Amino acid sequence: MRSPEPTTLPELVAEAQRVLAICNACRYCEGYCPVFPALQRRLEFPAADVHYLANLCHNCGSCLYACQYAPPHEFHVDFPRLLAQVRARTWADYAWPGFLARAFASGGLAASLATAAGLVLVLLAAILASDASALTKAWTDSQGAFYAALPHGAMVAVFAPVFAFALLALGIGVARFWTRLGERGADLVSAPAAAPALGDALSLRHLDGGGEGCTWPDDRPSFARRTFHHLTFYGFVLCFAATATATIYHYALGRHAPYPFWSPPVLLGTAGGLGLVAGPLGLAWLKRRRDPQLADPAQRGMEAGLLALLFLSGATGLGLLALRESAAMGAMLVAHLGVVLALFATMPYGKFVHGFYRLAALARYHLERRRPAASVAPD
Amino acid sequence: MLTEPGRTWDVLVLGGGNAALCAAIAAREAGASVLMLECAPPVYRGGNSRHTRNMRTMHDGPLEVLTDAYPEEEYWQDLLKVTGGLTDERLARMTIRGTASHVPWMKRHGVRFQAPLGGTLHLSRTNAFFLGGGKALVNAYYRAAAALGVSIAYDTEVVDLAFEGPRLAAVTVEHGGERRALRARAVVVAAGGFESNLEWLREAWGPPAENFIVRGTPYNRGRVLKLLLAAGARPVSDATQGHCVAIDARSPRYDGGIVTRVDAVSLGIVVNRDAQRFYDEGEDFWPKRYAIWGRLVAAQPGQIGYALIDAKAMGRFMPPVFPPERAPSLRELAGKLGLDPDALEATVARFNAAVRPGTFDHTVQDDCRTEGLEPPKTHWARALDTPPYYAYPLRPGITFTYLGVAVDEKARMQLDNGKPAANVWAAGEIMAGNILGKGYLAGIGLAIGTTFGRIAGEEAAAHALA
Ligand SMILES: Cc1cc2nc3c(=O)[nH]c(=O)nc-3n(C[C@H](O)[C@H](O)[C@H](O)COP(=O)(O)OP(=O)(O)OC[C@H]3O[C@@H](n4cnc5c(N)ncnc54)[C@H](O)[C@@H]3O)c2cc1C
Ligand code: SF4
Ligand code: SF4
Repeated sequence: MRSPEPTTLPELVAEAQRVLAICNACRYCEGYCPVFPALQRRLEFPAADVHYLANLCHNCGSCLYACQYAPPHEFHVDFPRLLAQVRARTWADYAWPGFLARAFASGGLAASLATAAGLVLVLLAAILASDASALTKAWTDSQGAFYAALPHGAMVAVFAPVFAFALLALGIGVARFWTRLGERGADLVSAPAAAPALGDALSLRHLDGGGEGCTWPDDRPSFARRTFHHLTFYGFVLCFAATATATIYHYALGRHAPYPFWSPPVLLGTAGGLGLVAGPLGLAWLKRRRDPQLADPAQRGMEAGLLALLFLSGATGLGLLALRESAAMGAMLVAHLGVVLALFATMPYGKFVHGFYRLAALARYHLERRRPAASVAPD
Repeated sequence: MLTEPGRTWDVLVLGGGNAALCAAIAAREAGASVLMLECAPPVYRGGNSRHTRNMRTMHDGPLEVLTDAYPEEEYWQDLLKVTGGLTDERLARMTIRGTASHVPWMKRHGVRFQAPLGGTLHLSRTNAFFLGGGKALVNAYYRAAAALGVSIAYDTEVVDLAFEGPRLAAVTVEHGGERRALRARAVVVAAGGFESNLEWLREAWGPPAENFIVRGTPYNRGRVLKLLLAAGARPVSDATQGHCVAIDARSPRYDGGIVTRVDAVSLGIVVNRDAQRFYDEGEDFWPKRYAIWGRLVAAQPGQIGYALIDAKAMGRFMPPVFPPERAPSLRELAGKLGLDPDALEATVARFNAAVRPGTFDHTVQDDCRTEGLEPPKTHWARALDTPPYYAYPLRPGITFTYLGVAVDEKARMQLDNGKPAANVWAAGEIMAGNILGKGYLAGIGLAIGTTFGRIAGEEAAAHALA
């Protein structure tokens, strides 16, 4: 029944269609996550719907351990891994521009770190070209610390285009995915779809394995993964908020960095930085212990790459705060900005995209729930 | 575990499914040292229990995942009806009452429940569904047992029992090609029926057994049951009784589980190898008739049937795992199935001509029926006239057998000489025949196993520690 070892997206979709037919006849896992109620609405699984279901899954493993047809059973229902494989390939498939999608497959860790290193070098070169001495001197807060070393305008000039491009690329990818599902663009951002989807995503509601937590990294349910993901995500959000507040301070209030420790930008940044250090460390630690049966080995690099960049963003940010009045500040600043820039540059072509596709899949899920389902049984 | 010669365990539990796990946990919690013997390897542990989904549970008011009420009396009447009185009222009522206390006990040992969604809502009042199904239940129990300090030996088959009078003195197991005798003060037998022993099925059913498919574990070969009966245990029910349903003929020989069921029967007609109908397909709602079609198909030549529907019915039943045969005409469909096309056309023409006009409604016992046809179709009869036509081949799928050992209300095994065994208790399929002489009620397998498993464990521990 099963094709030898499916690897391409069409092969994986075909294999998923075989397995989905088994799950749809079985339905034992319907209480674990939205994937099952969503698949139970269907009798057939066109490729786009397989892409959708794959992005609705967050690889918690519950349905693997509960499956009486898991390998070595001849039905070979290897659902979490299969959906993970489909998922990653959909990201590459929908990515824009297409040629950059290769980054997904090319051992993400090396790619991300190389990008970070490259960007650090470029930044360094740019700054050295203008005024090298500023970077290696100690500046007091009253002298303007960071901006004494690197003027605000220069930072914006480097970051804005990269950030804008990342957003554009992500947006195009998700829009392609959404259109392929046959949904109208307006529905994605409509309240009945977007609001509950955002609620699910922000609370990681479905990372609960139906009550006791994900069976992750092994068959014992626990909330460790949700906790570390929250630390990571909210760490990221807080850092983002710190930057945004600082921008408002800078432009709207005319108050220029560095800000005192008790100021909102610094407090937000510190809390966020701590989250970005602890969260990715925890996730990496869990991933190391993850049951190999759950994982798509091809994604290990990509996952490690994102965790490394997030961790380094947090660590260098905290370092910068600690060293901001010392002579090492300049080097730290360059490292921090380089890593953050790498994070944004690789964002549309790495594991980071999972959040956006998942959000769209959840929006689809909530849209669908409002539509009548095919009734297949005399209940 | 197995390599502690001379050790005498308080309680040995034979088997590794739901009944065995309940017994092992209960015995260990009562303070006994416990060794479980499971002949399957870890990946296939849990017998038929790993294929289950719910437990029929009495309750006097809405209870978490259970709607409304399902009182003892109604449960008992349901059981009485399906068994046609072939049951032991005392043991049956004990089982029924037992279920009321099981849900909290099960939760305490890690089992999680869920409200049923699509496809199973008709059971939301009577049956408590396990989150993730039976394998999740079995996993939770194995975790709980290990945490309590129950020792578990996998790949360990019980191959001999040495009785000294009414006392089971030693249990011989085979593990890694070696035999060892184990001793215990008390023994719980929970090693299932003999449903995966094709030779024994052939003995009971004759040649038709060749065409039976075993829905569950290949490990329930009835070895322990046979040894007990040979040693003088009092048998209950008989070897031809069991739970047998019609499943897709393309299912694997063993372990196909729930997905191989075909729910299309009541929406169309069923013919045999000769393209003849043989039973009222619309007698009652499918879930209520599910359990009789195994025997019906078993009685047909070659033990095969074909459920036929037309385009009107497609998509109106739980999707089966295997795709149907499909053809634009009945003749072509007959060709694909290897049936006589003329005979099939004639059967369908006779059926179509007998269909009386009515208002089709699959959610009630509607007034769409045949007239002047033998056998009739009494509900949901609609002419097969809209191509394409679809067919699912059917074979008898055996779930579990009822021949077992007699027990009393303490789960203690009874001997043929009218006396109880000195130190043997029984739970699960191996004694289900006490309560199920014939017929089946969805979700009662686990009700029996959990009730008698818990009691057997407690009683065995009390005996061992006394
Ligand atoms: C597909 C399917 C679906 C079902 N669904 C339900 C349901 O939803 N609800 C319900 O109540 N019932 C259901 N049943 C019936 C239910 O599975 C049984 O009634 C129940 O699981 C029996 O439990 P048990 O512990 O007695 O047997 P099992 O769970 O079968 O356990 C028997 C154990 O004994 C072991 N064993 C056998 N021989 C030996 C030996 N010689 N030495 C050592 N170990 C041995 C086996 O490996 C196995 O671990 C279903 C059955 C099937 C096949
Ligand atoms: S993963 Fe396995 S147990 Fe779960 S629904 Fe699918 S087939 Fe059933
Ligand atoms: S791995 Fe978890 S999230 Fe994915 S389908 Fe299975 S139960 Fe759902």
